[in-house]
Amino acid sequence: MTPPTQEDRVPAWRHHAFRIARAATTPLLPEDYVDLFNPLRSRTHLRGRVVALERETSDAMTVLIRPGRTWRDHRPGQYTRIGVDIDGVRMWRAYSITSGPRTDGCISITVKAITGGTVSTHLVRILRPGQVIQMEQADGEFVLPKVLPAKMLLLTGGSGITPVMGILRHAATDLDDVVLLHSAPRPEDVIFADELRDLAAGGHVRLLQRHTDTDGMLNPAELDALVPDWRDRETFACGPAGMLEALEAHWHEAGLVHQLHSERFRPALTEPGEGGTVYFTGLDRELECDGARPILDVAEDEGVIMPSGCRMGICYGCVLPLREGAVRDLRTGEVTTASPGDGVLIQTCISSAAGRCDLDL
Amino acid sequence: MTALQKKEHNPIAHLSDQDIERLGVELDAIRDQVISTRGSSDAAYIRRVIKVQRGLEMGSRAVLLASRWKPAFVVGTVGLSVSKILENMEIGHNVMHGQWDWMRDPKIHSTTWEWDNASPASLWKHSHNELHHTYTNVLGRDNDLGYGIMRVDEDQRWSPFYLGQPVWNFVNACFFEYGIAAYDLEIGKYFKGKKNKEIFQRDLKKVGVKIRQQMTKDYVVHPLLAAPTGSWKQTLLANYLSNLTRNLWTHSVIMCGHFPEGVETFTRKSIDGETRGEWYLRQMLGSANINGSRAMHIATGNLSYQIEHHLFPDLPSNRYQEIAPQIRDIFNRYGLTYTSGSLPRQVGSAWMKVIRLSLPNHLAAKFAPRPRKAAPVPLRFKTAAPKADAA
Ligand SMILES: Cc1cc2nc3c(=O)[nH]c(=O)nc-3n(C[C@H](O)[C@H](O)[C@H](O)COP(=O)(O)OP(=O)(O)OC[C@H]3O[C@@H](n4cnc5c(N)ncnc54)[C@H](O)[C@@H]3O)c2cc1C
Ligand code: FES
Repeated sequence: MTPPTQEDRVPAWRHHAFRIARAATTPLLPEDYVDLFNPLRSRTHLRGRVVALERETSDAMTVLIRPGRTWRDHRPGQYTRIGVDIDGVRMWRAYSITSGPRTDGCISITVKAITGGTVSTHLVRILRPGQVIQMEQADGEFVLPKVLPAKMLLLTGGSGITPVMGILRHAATDLDDVVLLHSAPRPEDVIFADELRDLAAGGHVRLLQRHTDTDGMLNPAELDALVPDWRDRETFACGPAGMLEALEAHWHEAGLVHQLHSERFRPALTEPGEGGTVYFTGLDRELECDGARPILDVAEDEGVIMPSGCRMGICYGCVLPLREGAVRDLRTGEVTTASPGDGVLIQTCISSAAGRCDLDL
Repeated sequence: MTALQKKEHNPIAHLSDQDIERLGVELDAIRDQVISTRGSSDAAYIRRVIKVQRGLEMGSRAVLLASRWKPAFVVGTVGLSVSKILENMEIGHNVMHGQWDWMRDPKIHSTTWEWDNASPASLWKHSHNELHHTYTNVLGRDNDLGYGIMRVDEDQRWSPFYLGQPVWNFVNACFFEYGIAAYDLEIGKYFKGKKNKEIFQRDLKKVGVKIRQQMTKDYVVHPLLAAPTGSWKQTLLANYLSNLTRNLWTHSVIMCGHFPEGVETFTRKSIDGETRGEWYLRQMLGSANINGSRAMHIATGNLSYQIEHHLFPDLPSNRYQEIAPQIRDIFNRYGLTYTSGSLPRQVGSAWMKVIRLSLPNHLAAKFAPRPRKAAPVPLRFKTAAPKADAA
């Protein structure tokens, strides 16, 4: 339905053949029919097929994926967004790419099931080889600099090991001096435990493990004793929000924030409150919306030209993509949230703001 | 029929304001129950229908490549007709209603869908979803009452133009998709000077592009592809026949939704300050169902459950059948008439009305059909005071 971008330069005859194919399939695209046979060939929607599943710990699973043909590869440390249909509803979440160099074009992600977590539980417990998932191109800045640092410190907690593993699998042999300080509740919770031990045994990293159930959370002040030269090291950190905040504060105090690269797995929580600020990305405009009135009404009162129709939730003439934030369905009280990068389509005529939200208009 | 508000026997006179609000609450509960159980089996249903339709279309078009052989011609034409009907009704109409938006699949979404029809999705969604579904059967507001070319209610003023309406209706049926496009363009409104010229010209261009693409596909590209086997003429004919079949079928189904005898209309003033309960009530009385087999329901896009569809236009169509008994029960308990009949009966009734009302009211009255049996009013309402203002 959306016309494909003409990013790949195709020979003239193929261009003509494609035009004829489009004329023969309008209002759909030829690929809508190809999808029936091979969903991985789509030019407009990147998808992947689950090739294999490998259990890492009792609640973590590595998913090996063959990406569709438009996949453009990734830089170690980056993540990809994965979309799966759960109870019929498409849900997207980001997962760091954990695979090392491969010749078969596949990539892997490693997911830790969170108690009550919708997508992570689905990926760990329900997903089966052969299934097709939605994907996006790799993204993220949590990658090694072009010029490899002489000394590195990797600080990880729990599933935060994943992007770091992606980096180590590609670059461990090229890096001279790496300290990896990894925290997990118990020894059996450590994802990639054997491989980490092998890397240490091979002399590629100095491995420091911490089991927080017995040793407690890492306090940054302990670093002076654990890694005395931490100030000289380019540091990559990924783990629970509390740990990252503590580290950021510590590096800030030391005046070394430029040496700290951190990757967050959770956006700052949107506590659905009593209304909030709506930001229209295209208009670059902010509006205060209370929690009781539809965003549509508030915006129109402020002179914003909004798409609209029946104004009672039946025609979908007012749908806008929610890029980030939360809205409440005024009819059911149900809260819909979107994390950065999402485009959850919401009806503005029956939704009130439930915290700050970014809408595409 | 006459607008409900002007009737001698107002079929809702026995309901108090509180009754109507209670009815609204009951219907909201049914809606919530469907929404809370919407899930993977519903998603699998619509994906399966889309898969079957696309497979059938591809298969039929492939068979038509050899359509100079009679059996191939017949099989291909029938297959293509069924596929086009599925595409417009169970898929296109319902997806564009937003019935599947909850899946958050951009490929099956009201904002991205385009259908195999002369009318572009954007125009159709405006005139159908916003106008018709909001103002259902309100005289002077809902243009679906006769599409602006016919008189389908005694309260629409007669003029000699309407003498020809049986013919207009038949012509409209044969070219229904173009009728819809013209209707969605609001041509009548434009010529009365009530539609902004720039918007009209923009829309006209959209329709022009859409029709060109549709025509090129059906009447140029596919016949050309069949030329190597010497089947271009037959392929062209097959495409024409499939479009014709689809037009006649959809036109019949749509007529059955609001035209059969027993369906109520409403005055313009009656919807001022309408509550949610009253809106529901108008949808209940303003629509008619068709009885039939499962295949028939799917072929109508489940518009055979027109009453359920009008109550909940954005619930997945596969669920209408499931809630129909509950809706019927509400009709019974509130003493309201659930208008329903077989396909031949409803099509006949709708046509009868089109023919009868081509005459002025005093002549039309002579051929008035026997009214359908009204639902009995449950005892508990008989003691209650009748509604003061029958609005
Ligand atoms: C850039 C990036 C990379 C990521 N890489 C990975 C990865 O490699 N492996 C991986 O397992 N996850 C990774 N995540 C986290 C992942 O995207 C999901 O947030 C996570 O799987 C939880 O999703 P869910 O749907 O299961 O939980 P939800 O249903 O969204 O949340 C359920 C509950 O869990 C809480 N919660 C959400 N996320 C977390 C969390 N990370 N830790 C603890 N509680 C949480 C929520 O507040 C909520 O109360 C990454 C996130 C980002 C932004
Ligand atoms: S305006 Fe109709 S659904 Fe919002």
